[in-house]
Amino acid sequence: MEFSFSEDQQELRRSARRFLGVASSEERVRAAMATEQGFDSAVWEQLASELAWTALTIPEAFGGLGMSYLDLHPLMEEMGRTLLCAPFFSTVCLGANALLVGADQAQKERWLPEIASGDLRATLACTEANGRWDSHGIEATYTRSGSSYILRGSKHFVLDGHTADLILVAARAERSRGPEGVSLFAVPASATGLTRRWLPTLDQTRRQAAIEISDVVVSADSLLGEEGQGWATCSRTFDLALIALSAEQVGAAEACLDMSVEYAKVRKQFGRAIGSFQAIKHKCADMLMRVESARSAAFYGSALAAQGEADLAEAASSAKAYCSDTVFHCAAENIQIHGGIGFTWEHPAHLYFKRAKSSEMLFGAPAAHRERVAEAMGL
Amino acid sequence: MELQLNDTERVFRDEARAWLREQLEGPYRNLQGRGRSGDQDSFVEERIAWGKAMGAAGWNCIGWPKEFGGRACTIKEEAIFNEEYVRANGPGNVGHIGETLLGPTLIHFGTPEQQARFLPPIVSGEEIWCQGYSEPGAGSDLASVQTKATLVGDEWVIEGQKIWTSGAEYSDWCFVLCRTDPDAPKHRGLSYILVPMKQDGIDIRPIRQMGGSAEFAEVFYDGARAKKEHVVGGVNNGWKVAMGTLAFERGTSTLGQQYLFQQEFDEVVASAKQTGAADDPTIRQRLADAYIGLKIMRVNALRMLEADDTDLGREALISKLYWSNWHRDLGKLAMDILGPAGELVEEAPYTLTQTQKWYLFARADTIYAGSNQVQRNIIGERGLGLPKEPR
Repeated sequence: MEFSFSEDQQELRRSARRFLGVASSEERVRAAMATEQGFDSAVWEQLASELAWTALTIPEAFGGLGMSYLDLHPLMEEMGRTLLCAPFFSTVCLGANALLVGADQAQKERWLPEIASGDLRATLACTEANGRWDSHGIEATYTRSGSSYILRGSKHFVLDGHTADLILVAARAERSRGPEGVSLFAVPASATGLTRRWLPTLDQTRRQAAIEISDVVVSADSLLGEEGQGWATCSRTFDLALIALSAEQVGAAEACLDMSVEYAKVRKQFGRAIGSFQAIKHKCADMLMRVESARSAAFYGSALAAQGEADLAEAASSAKAYCSDTVFHCAAENIQIHGGIGFTWEHPAHLYFKRAKSSEMLFGAPAAHRERVAEAMGL
Repeated sequence: MELQLNDTERVFRDEARAWLREQLEGPYRNLQGRGRSGDQDSFVEERIAWGKAMGAAGWNCIGWPKEFGGRACTIKEEAIFNEEYVRANGPGNVGHIGETLLGPTLIHFGTPEQQARFLPPIVSGEEIWCQGYSEPGAGSDLASVQTKATLVGDEWVIEGQKIWTSGAEYSDWCFVLCRTDPDAPKHRGLSYILVPMKQDGIDIRPIRQMGGSAEFAEVFYDGARAKKEHVVGGVNNGWKVAMGTLAFERGTSTLGQQYLFQQEFDEVVASAKQTGAADDPTIRQRLADAYIGLKIMRVNALRMLEADDTDLGREALISKLYWSNWHRDLGKLAMDILGPAGELVEEAPYTLTQTQKWYLFARADTIYAGSNQVQRNIIGERGLGLPKEPR
C-alpha cells in the first residue's frame, strides 16, 4: 500500500477545488439549501456529464471510468470542504455501491450505466423511524407472491429519498430477526404504493426523506442477490459509505481550520491579531493535528477499499469515529474562534457546525463505531 | 500496514535484521530491552560497549553523508533500521545525542577541524555526548540561559548551572549553550561551546525522578575549561546553531517507537481481558480509542516517510504532540484497568513494575524535547503561519 496520493489524484483534487469554488460557493450552497429539492440541477448536470464524477468508480463494463476508491477520496474531501449540496453521496456511495456489491450482471447492466451518466439518482433505504443502523432496525417486510414480491413498511432518514429515481429498499421476511431474512430490492421511485416526503432537517445541506411503502409490488428481478442474504450487501455498502463520508468530514474539518486561521490572522483585539495569543493559536494547532490525523484514518480506509479488502469493518468504523469527532471539534472551535460573528446566520460557520452534527450521527454515532472496533479487536 | 520497500531497501532491511539478531541473541543477549525510557541508568558500561560494536559494524550514524563516516541512508532507510532495532529488542542507545544532535550540527555549522576531531569518534561509538541547554531559569524560554563563558587566554572559562542533562555521568563531551556577551539582546549573546565532561570544575548531581530512577542530572560548571576553537558556528551565534540542532531531528525513530507502543498496547489489552475490565463499556471505548489512535499514528508516520524527503510538512510537525498525548493517555488507561492491583510495586521497598514505570515516565513525554505548549506554538507559527507572540 502506498501512503501518499498519486499525481493524478492530486490533479483530481485541484480540478475539483476549481469547479466547486464556483459551483458550490457559499452563495450557491445557501440557494440550494433553500429549495425542497436541496440541490441545483445545473450543478448536478455539470458534475455528472462534464466532470464524470458519477462515473468515476463504476467499472468500464458498465459505462464508468473504472477508477478506484482512493481516486474518489480527494473528491469527497473537496465536496465536504464546500458543503456541496447534491445527491452525489447518496447516488454513488450508497446506491451505486449497493448495486456493485449485491446486484447480478443483468441488474448492473440495467442500472449502473444510467448512474454513471448522471441520468439516474439512487439511494439506499435501510433505516426506519427507530433510528437504528443495524439489521435489527429493519421492520419493513416482504412476502413472495407468485413471481413478484410485495413490500410493506416505512423508511426514515433516507438520504435524498424524495428526489432519487431508484430506491434500494431493505426489508425482511416475515417473522425473521436480525441479519437473517433481510433482502434488498431495487424499487423505482415511481412504483405504485410508494410515497415519499421531504423531512426538513437541522442540517440544510443534505436532504433526508421518509418513504411509505404500502403493498408495493416488485418483480422478482428487483431482488438484489440471494433472497434473505441482503444484510451482507447493506453492511458492506455501509462500510464503503463510512469511508467516503469520513473523507468528506476531513474536507469539512479542514475548511473550518482554514477559516479559523484566516480570521485569527486578521482579527485584532488588544492591539494585535488574535492568532498571536496562545489561547487561539493552540486551538488552531490542535485542529491541525486532528485534521491531518483524520486524513490518515480516512486515507487508510480508502486505500483498503481500493485494493478490494474483504473486511473493511474495522478501518471504516475507525475512520468514522475519528473523523466524526474531528469535524465536530473543528466546527465548534471555528465558532468559538470567530466569537459573536461566528454565531450569526450570515456567517457560514453554522453551516459547517450543522453538517458536522448530521454526519456525526449518520450511520451511527462515534461511540457505536468504537464499540464495533472493540469487537473487531476481539474484545 | 507496512512501508513499501523496493529491492535495495529490502536488502538493507535483511542485512540489518540479520546483524541485530546475531548480536542480540548472541554476545549482547543480556542487553535486550534495557536502558529505555524509565530505565536509562542501567547497564551503562555494557551499552557503551554495544555502541562500539554497532560502530565497528557500520550501524552508527547511517544517515550521515559518506565523507563523514555515514552510509548516506535516506530517511526511509533510517526508519527501517530503527524499526528493526526495536523489533530485535535493542537496548537504549547511549550514543544517540551525538548521532542525532551534535553530529548533524557539526556537519552543518562546524569547521573542517571540528568535523575531523569530533565526528569519527561518534561514528565509532568511542565518545559519548550530552546536551547542555536547559537551566533552572531557562526551560521553554531557552534564550534566557545565564551560564557564562569568558575567554581567558586560549580557553573559555565556564560558570553556571545546567539541568535535565541526560547521560551526564557517562558522557565524554557536552555541547553547552553559554552567554558570551552579557550586554547583547538575549538571542544574540550566546555561543555553542564543546566542553569535555571529565575535568575538575564540573560537578554532576543526578536528579531522582518520580519513578525512582535517575536519568537526568544537574551539571554545575565552576571554572570548567574549553578550547577557544571549540565554539561551533562562531562566537555569539549560538542561538542559530542551537535552533539548527533541534531542527535536525528527522523523525526517523518514529516507527521504532511505535513498535514499542504496540507492545505496551498489547499488554494493556491482555490485562483488560485478564481482569475482566474488557467487559466494561467505558473501558472498551477507551481501548478502541487507543487502538484507533495507534493505527492513525502509524499512517501519519508512513505518510510522512513516503512524502518528499526534503519537506517533512505538517505530518512531521504534529508528530510529537500526537504521540506524547497518546502515550500519556495509554498510561492512565493501563492503570485504570489494573485497578487496586496497579498500586502494588514489584518489590520492596520501591522497585516499580514496567507498567508503573512507563505510566509515570509518560508524564515527561509531554514536557521534554519541546513541551506540548511549545509544540502548539511551533505548529501554529510554522504550520499555519499564525503571528508570533510579541516578546
